[in-house]
Amino acid sequence: MESSLMESKMNQYQELVRQGLWKNNPGLVQLLGLCPLLAVTSNLTSALGLGLATMLVLLSTNTVVSLIRNYVPNEIRIPVFVMVIASVVTVIELLMHAFMYNLYQALGIFIPLMVTNCIVIGRAEAYASKNAVAPAAFDGLMMGTGFALVLCTLGAVREVIGSGTLFAGADLLLGDWAKVLTIHLYQADNQFLLAILPPGAFLVMGFLIAGKNAVDARAAAKAKPVEQKISRARVTHVSS
Amino acid sequence: MSFKIASSPHQHSQKTTAQLMKLVALAAVPGIAVQAYFFGYGVLIQLLLAISTALLCEAAVLALRAKKVKVKLLDHSALVTALLLAVAIPSYAPWWLVVIGTAFAIIVVKQLYGGLGNNLFNPAMAAYVLLLVSFPLPMTSWLPAAPLQQQSLSPADAVCTIFTNFSCSGYSISQLRQDADGISMATPLDTLKTDLSQGYTTQESMKKPVFGWLSGEGWFWVNLAYLLGGLFLLQQKVIQWRIPVAVLGSLFGFSLIAWLLSPDTNASPLFQLFSGATMLAAFFIATDPVSASTTEKGRLIFGALIGGLVFVIRSYGGYPDAFAFAVMLANMTVPLIDYYTQPRTYGHKSKGER
Repeated sequence: MESSLMESKMNQYQELVRQGLWKNNPGLVQLLGLCPLLAVTSNLTSALGLGLATMLVLLSTNTVVSLIRNYVPNEIRIPVFVMVIASVVTVIELLMHAFMYNLYQALGIFIPLMVTNCIVIGRAEAYASKNAVAPAAFDGLMMGTGFALVLCTLGAVREVIGSGTLFAGADLLLGDWAKVLTIHLYQADNQFLLAILPPGAFLVMGFLIAGKNAVDARAAAKAKPVEQKISRARVTHVSS
Repeated sequence: MSFKIASSPHQHSQKTTAQLMKLVALAAVPGIAVQAYFFGYGVLIQLLLAISTALLCEAAVLALRAKKVKVKLLDHSALVTALLLAVAIPSYAPWWLVVIGTAFAIIVVKQLYGGLGNNLFNPAMAAYVLLLVSFPLPMTSWLPAAPLQQQSLSPADAVCTIFTNFSCSGYSISQLRQDADGISMATPLDTLKTDLSQGYTTQESMKKPVFGWLSGEGWFWVNLAYLLGGLFLLQQKVIQWRIPVAVLGSLFGFSLIAWLLSPDTNASPLFQLFSGATMLAAFFIATDPVSASTTEKGRLIFGALIGGLVFVIRSYGGYPDAFAFAVMLANMTVPLIDYYTQPRTYGHKSKGER
């Protein structure tokens, strides 16, 4: 009895990992939070910075929303969630202002704008308000990680194509030692400006989504023949 | 693309896509020849580069999409796209410019949207915008017309300049653009724009050597040659009169009003018609059968929109010429224009009457 309970819990967490990082990835599948996703990813450093900040926000808001979910009347839950999110974002903004001032300046308006990021309110409403604290927090962490990964991929691709560097200005985020992380890949007389400009973000994003869909389609094509065999074997058993 | 659907025999054209595209390419020949005369053999090398890149990319994507490569490749649509892009960029631009542009036009703008017939934007113009936005310096480095050039450039020089950035005798592009006083010469439209922004009048600016009779030195003849090619296309019924007339008419109309109101700060309407890419764009680019409007009324609106946008961007925008932006912006409005200009079908009454 106990072991099966443990197993189902494990399964729940595994599912959360899969949903957050791949199947229901906020950036690639839900297409939420596109505004910061496209606006700050002109280099890896700001992408990572905003990714980590968003992850922290999601983790905190999901935890708090889950904690208060039984005390908030259903009718006013959205304003309450928004207030929770706004407070968390304010805290994070002040922290960044205090400890990462250069990055704070580089990200500019997009830090306070995390309040309006649809992923945050979306996860609060769709998951955290209906689940216990531990899974809700874990969901926030995984969704945040998925979002941050997409941000970083976009940032890395655009930085490599547009400026020929990788992780330029990493010291803004991680302190002075991080200057060694900057990689100069090539030096071009004419930079490919489009990659750094907003249309480049849309193009790279399109290619990322297409790539994910292609991987999924290939996986589905591979899985199909095996699935058919199983479905014939289990005529009476309907799997979820 | 040779579907012989003959349900309505009264409206039957025997020409296939390949024949139409071949005629378009043929009609561009005089323009290309004049351009090669005034702006150097570089044009021909750019053409070669663009066409080979376009065919390679088209074949590769068609093979990936499991289409009939040979049939689709021989409809010559990639060839026309490559041609339009190659004549639109400066003759002595570095080789990678046209390669990146053509690859983008064919792979992203044309094939990713579903291939010929499905692209929302004119591939050549979208690629031109990509290049102009990404690499503004090489994309605006036009040499002055041949009579104004300090060094005469041989075909070998053209190859050297395009592939190594220096002519065989070691001049860089920016040196080749200089006049006798060592000042870089810009295109007529660019010169006029800069001068007007510095407070000169149009007449004062027009005294500079880059301006010739009616418009820029050399540019007038290039435009005239494309106009001839365009008239040939009209005569062959490859294109209809509506789009070119609307483009030229609206550009003429807007610039006439502006010129009459303030001749000191606006170029004359005829200067507008024979400068930059006007004729090439009006007859060869705006008339793209895929990305332009398809209804008769719609084509007039589409063309007028392009002409108006070109006037606005040339006069008040940040770029000296504007056709790529104007065509792309007008492309975006095509679904709306087509929706509201559906012709009345025979036997049905139009929306207003009952």
